[in-house]
Amino acid sequence: MRWDRIWSGSLVVAEKNMRIYYLKAPVVIFGVILPFFLCLAFVLGRQISLATLVPGIIGMTLFFTSSSVGPLITPWERNARTYERLLSTPLPLPAILLGDTLSGVLYGMAISFLPVVVGVTVFGASLRHIALLLGGMLAGAFTFSALGVLLSSPPTGAPSHIMMLSALVRFPLVFLSGVFLPLEKLGQMGRIVALISPLTYVVDITRAAFEGSSYYPLAIDFLLVVGYFWVFFYLATYLHGKNLARTL
Amino acid sequence: MEKAIVARGLRKSFGPVAAVDGISFEVDRGEIFGFLGPNGAGKTTTVRIVNGILKPDAGTVKVLGLDVLQDPSRAKECMGVLPELANAYVDLSSWQNLMIMGKIYGVEKEARESRAEDLLRRLSLLERKDDRVRNFSRGMKQKLLFAMATISDPLILFLDEPTSGLDVQSARLIRQMIKEENEAGKTIFLTTHNMDEASQFCHRIAIIHRGKLVAIDMPNELRRTMEKAQIVEVRFARKPEHLEVLERLSGVGRIQLSGELIRLFTEDPDRTIRELVKYANSTGMKFLSLNTTQATLEDVFVELTK
Repeated sequence: MRWDRIWSGSLVVAEKNMRIYYLKAPVVIFGVILPFFLCLAFVLGRQISLATLVPGIIGMTLFFTSSSVGPLITPWERNARTYERLLSTPLPLPAILLGDTLSGVLYGMAISFLPVVVGVTVFGASLRHIALLLGGMLAGAFTFSALGVLLSSPPTGAPSHIMMLSALVRFPLVFLSGVFLPLEKLGQMGRIVALISPLTYVVDITRAAFEGSSYYPLAIDFLLVVGYFWVFFYLATYLHGKNLARTL
Repeated sequence: MEKAIVARGLRKSFGPVAAVDGISFEVDRGEIFGFLGPNGAGKTTTVRIVNGILKPDAGTVKVLGLDVLQDPSRAKECMGVLPELANAYVDLSSWQNLMIMGKIYGVEKEARESRAEDLLRRLSLLERKDDRVRNFSRGMKQKLLFAMATISDPLILFLDEPTSGLDVQSARLIRQMIKEENEAGKTIFLTTHNMDEASQFCHRIAIIHRGKLVAIDMPNELRRTMEKAQIVEVRFARKPEHLEVLERLSGVGRIQLSGELIRLFTEDPDRTIRELVKYANSTGMKFLSLNTTQATLEDVFVELTK
């Protein structure tokens, strides 16, 4: 199949997902309401400047929103008996999963602009490098969305099982990633643990976009975020393919 | 001319269970090919392998000369598939469902829209084209699924139980559409439990049992190859006390009871009827009805899959 057909097929899958899944309760709860209340809990009653919290809030919002669509799609389609027909079309599995990833990217990017706007206009955060912020958010959205798609690979037709699993994986990552505290203020152990989370590097990029400097070199941040995307996407393709026969 | 489908030595196991165990068959272009088998016989697994959804453990499949295992995307472009127990996207309208399928198959906008409109009109769904599928009846959903399978105007249609659970009108409409698609030159691969449908429609039929093909032929030939293919149907005024006596009548292979009706499978109906008359005279039994018939496809199916 030609690459342009794969790409256009992925866009059709993304369009289908946007029409069907964006307003589904699990996506709204885990992708919008939950990060909103986490932000609220994060902001309220703290004695530090709200503007310094903005990069972490943006990273966390992007993380939750981008990774909330992927876990729902495949189990929902298995349950609704639409999955097999999709697999019988000329689209190869990676193209379907790319479409799922794209729908998470668009959802994450669209909703994460809200904390950017609120952060700048209400909290008074100063955005120094808008291109860096957009680049970091886009790379992060792809990575987090691919993580969501990976989380949907276990062979079940019950969306609630996958949403539970995804909450179990995603929550700890937020606390490990320098979202609540800048990396330099984390202890030695905290910094070591933070290394494993892709969110760490996305938050580092958003901090650089607002504060002008990053903890790690930006090239390393981007390289690792993109690397995590490829790992998540490769694993997602492998595991979805491996579990396919058990899920039809 | 290139065959529509050529499957050779297909095998697929799930754990220790061999779902498909060395199946080979060919389907000609323009043919309606029936694929029958009891539940769990391996039908769906075979169809999924031919559709390029599942990879077999061994064997090859070619569709219109394209290797399904090596180049599944190109092979799938020639196929329209209506899987068993499939559903449309119930949150979308029928029009949106058709547009999505058309786009996935790369059908140009103009052709996609005109074919979608034509299909919805022929399936009496045009007036409901903007309604969400969630509000459709079972029959309407099935008609929409048929339209989704044919939106790309594929050369081969795989239909799994296309009329199952439908009311008489909807079933007739789908059958009519299948005939029309076939008359337009399309190859139809029909999986069904409906023996009348298979008998009426299919040019050839394959029967699968426990993962193996046990028969493949034209419906009439299948009926003819059945040993003791003629049937004498008799109904007595009272039930005979010893049915095994009837089984021992000359030429009778086996008997089947269906309520009061006794069906005797025989190679020589004339001789069997004479013996039955003798039996009735000797036992004082009174005939209510007596007639001869041929074995049905269902009889062949039951015989081959018991």
